[in-house]
Amino acid sequence: MADLEKGYQEWKENKLDKTVNNYGERKDEFTTGSNRPVKALYSPLDLEEIDYLDEINFPGQFPYTRGVYPTMYRSRLWTMRQYAGFGTAKETNERFRYLLDHGQTGLSVAFDLPTQIGYDSDHEMSKGEVGRVGVAIDTLADMETLFDQIPLDKVSTSMTINAPASVLLAMYIAVAEKQGVEKEKLSGTIQNDILKEYIARGTYIFPPEPSLRLITDIFEYCSKELPSWNTISISGYHIREAGSDAVQELAFTIADGIEYVESALSIGMDVDSFAPRLSFFFNGQMDFLEEVAKFRAARRLWAEIMKERFGAEKAKSCMLRFHTQTAGAALTAQQPQNNIIRVALQALAAVLGGTQSLHTNSFDEALGLPTEEAAKIALRTQHIIAEESGVADTIDPLAGSYYIESMTDDLVSEAREYLDEIEDLGGMAEAIKAGYVQREIQESAYQEQKAIENEEKIVVGVNKYKEDSKEIGDILKVDPGLEKDQCQQLNEIRSQRDSSDTEKHLNEIREAAINDDNLMYPILDAVRDYVSIGEICDVLREEFGEYEAKIF
Amino acid sequence: MSENIKVLIAKPGLDGHDRGAKVIARGLKEAGMEVVYTGLRQTTEQIVRAAIQEDVDVIGLSILSGAHSHLFPEIMKKLNDSGKDDVLVIAGGIIPDEDHDELKKLGINGIFKPGTPINEIVEFIHQELDVA
Repeated sequence: MADLEKGYQEWKENKLDKTVNNYGERKDEFTTGSNRPVKALYSPLDLEEIDYLDEINFPGQFPYTRGVYPTMYRSRLWTMRQYAGFGTAKETNERFRYLLDHGQTGLSVAFDLPTQIGYDSDHEMSKGEVGRVGVAIDTLADMETLFDQIPLDKVSTSMTINAPASVLLAMYIAVAEKQGVEKEKLSGTIQNDILKEYIARGTYIFPPEPSLRLITDIFEYCSKELPSWNTISISGYHIREAGSDAVQELAFTIADGIEYVESALSIGMDVDSFAPRLSFFFNGQMDFLEEVAKFRAARRLWAEIMKERFGAEKAKSCMLRFHTQTAGAALTAQQPQNNIIRVALQALAAVLGGTQSLHTNSFDEALGLPTEEAAKIALRTQHIIAEESGVADTIDPLAGSYYIESMTDDLVSEAREYLDEIEDLGGMAEAIKAGYVQREIQESAYQEQKAIENEEKIVVGVNKYKEDSKEIGDILKVDPGLEKDQCQQLNEIRSQRDSSDTEKHLNEIREAAINDDNLMYPILDAVRDYVSIGEICDVLREEFGEYEAKIF
Repeated sequence: MSENIKVLIAKPGLDGHDRGAKVIARGLKEAGMEVVYTGLRQTTEQIVRAAIQEDVDVIGLSILSGAHSHLFPEIMKKLNDSGKDDVLVIAGGIIPDEDHDELKKLGINGIFKPGTPINEIVEFIHQELDVA
């Protein structure tokens, strides 16, 4: 190392500094997409403090920096999982079957906002929102239509549902029962991550304490009844979309994870009974190498925390498995076709970072809902990375890069500093209540906007290489008549039900809410008899109250 | 100039995306305007009521959910009905080009896409309110 150090200093003085003095560099200061300083060169000197076996190790071995599985994409590619859903269950079912026919390997359901906030389609607050950003689900009847002719033992399904996650999971189980599929065979994920809703995404219903209880009810239920189900997808995606940088995304996501583990432990669960089913969800942003390092750092950080802090013994409890979606916030409304290239780079970073599943955005999403054509290009982007680029043929090919390894290590340490701060505030739920997390993110978001406006940060087509705006072709339109149809259908179902059954189910849910019994069981009984999401959530609203967001 | 301008930034409907709303709120504040941000999930009534109570000169509506074609006409109608029709209404978020004409007919002339510099919005407000 002494020789190396000497060699480096000589090179720096005689070559680098001289050249820089004579010709200068493009910028006064080079920084990553997250404003972290970047040196001109990285060398073995930057890896001196890193122990390969302790901090990197081989894939499938603690701390899983190089990947959670020993073979990674050589045995099986990542799951190509495009988030889709709009309009009615029937239309979405058609889009799902189209995507499955075109080589998609898993489903990902987008629900409309009323569903996500636990309102029926005929609620006052639902007006104008039904079927807009996802599919409208009121009762089991909609869910039956949504998965019509899709065998639930053959696909894995991810559902972006948080506050009312128990209700949608129950409906999914009820559809499986009708298809004759055993619960043990169901695989998929519910997002079920309420903390990031308070921080960044906004589809909360109840205050934090009862919300955490709903989550641990699901952990407990699934550990007994649904062994292959990912009970939560702890999401940094929306934290990043809200404007955080990479370190904040990493730190706040892991901090949310810690809070969920603490909650489950507090009701007496054994860490190894639920931790193997925790999954994660990250953003694929533009700084290619920083993103690769972020994914690797996330795996190491989580593994270390699960082992050291929570004493997890099962290997699976320490494995951070994650989904990635390319960054919606990086899509530009200007020169939208450029987004195809952005998405390809972001997706490539996710693959080089070892993602388990991936959604690639459509290039037209800064303008409206994606068309079928744009959605297909997005999916084909994944096919090209998988089949043509060669990056999936060896495991973690960027490992050993001086820059990648040193940045992975730096990101772990920087995230740990945030985790310490959050710990001092009393944990993530408290840090959110105090507005700390929200303020940190808002500050980053504002600084980024300023950096773009004063051209410290370049966005092609937005603040450089600008063109007069051109309209692009079609965007997808949601039929405005569907809200009426959806409400009508809901009314028909209500009129066909036995109202005393509905009452009985709602009372059982209320009792369980009051007595701290696991809510999954009465909710499942209720959805089987077509009790609606709004009716169930209204009872829980009465018992739990509603979250009132403060403005920070 | 900006010192006497009061702005309400509002999030109508159920949409939870408020990065843009918050960034604009802060940007307009730094440009010297007085800014009130409503927070999420505001009904059209709540927004109109806040605009009247706060006696604002400008309402900035932020929406990314696609519900603008239902919610914006309601807001404009309620503003008219309540006599608060002298207010400048602008909008931002994900609002497809083909909806712009319809919104302009309602009197929403400033529609800003993702990527719009804050200065452009400040200038638009100055121009429309006729302040130099």
